[in-house]
Amino acid sequence: MLEVTAPPGATAPVFYEQEEHAHGDGGTLVGFWLYLMSDSLIFAVLFACYGVLGRNYAAGPSGADLFDLRFVAVNTSFLLLSSVTYGFAMLEVERNRIGTTLAWLAITGLFGACFVAIELYEFGHLVHEGATPQRSAFLSSFYTLVGTHGLHVTFGIVWLVTLMVQVRQRGLIADNQRRLLCLSMFWHFLDVIWIGVFTFVYLMGAMR
Amino acid sequence: MTAVTKAGLAPREPSGGGDGTVPETHHDHPAHGTFRSYAAGFVLSVILTAIPFWLVMGNILDDMLKTSIVIMALAAVQIVVHMIYFLHVNTKSEGGWTFMALAFTLTLVVVTLTGSIWVMYHLDQNMMPMSPHEALQKP
Repeated sequence: MLEVTAPPGATAPVFYEQEEHAHGDGGTLVGFWLYLMSDSLIFAVLFACYGVLGRNYAAGPSGADLFDLRFVAVNTSFLLLSSVTYGFAMLEVERNRIGTTLAWLAITGLFGACFVAIELYEFGHLVHEGATPQRSAFLSSFYTLVGTHGLHVTFGIVWLVTLMVQVRQRGLIADNQRRLLCLSMFWHFLDVIWIGVFTFVYLMGAMR
Repeated sequence: MTAVTKAGLAPREPSGGGDGTVPETHHDHPAHGTFRSYAAGFVLSVILTAIPFWLVMGNILDDMLKTSIVIMALAAVQIVVHMIYFLHVNTKSEGGWTFMALAFTLTLVVVTLTGSIWVMYHLDQNMMPMSPHEALQKP
């Protein structure tokens, strides 16, 4: 009886399926997005802190004395390149190619590692010049803000390597795809924060 | 075993079935971006990054306030570019909840930043003036 009344090719179950997927993988992506939003509140507070304290040099060095914008430009390009290579990795995930996915992820990780290495070199250089976090309120807030971002990138690399091992072991199963998607949001989010850092801290600091 | 559990999870799937269906619906997710969208986002970001560095490193505008306003505006534009081309933010994904959370967060960020800087700037102006030399004598 039902088959007679139902129109040919009724697709009601398919609509239901799409509705399920419109809400994501059991809410993981929304949840991770909310985490990123709370993380941006942390960064907002650190930015506000730097905005308030950023001129209190305590007769110490200022940003114009310390920042080498060439380093920052190289660092910015590394992070931007890593963002787009992660995008390419996600495109390979969609094509279900494990080898190229791992290759793009490895390139992304290398760019990220270069970013962290240059930042550590810069910090070491500053400390060597006596511009330690204890020197002034400006430097305390500078190290807190930039260091927190660098720590995020470091943990992003750890996560990236973990996922590369998991993809190698298990392949591009649905769980790994979801994890890669979460990390991609995290990674692009860090690049967004870096836009604020290089503009607000480095470029505007170098002008003062 | 996997086929049974998949069938149990998605009994309303009339066609297809098997292992390929679940990843395939992920592939068709519209918010994933394409090569062109990533390339466009990258090119726009490079331009929007190069201009502020050029302005500051070359001291092009010769005016700190003007340069500050321009590079802040460019940063805001670049953040929007990243949000659209890399993070694939739109008003529809996840039933609009991601966009709602983003709008709420942006409100809080703006209140935090402008409020802190505004209030502390006025507080700073009402403090007793102190020369760098006096600051050095402070514990």
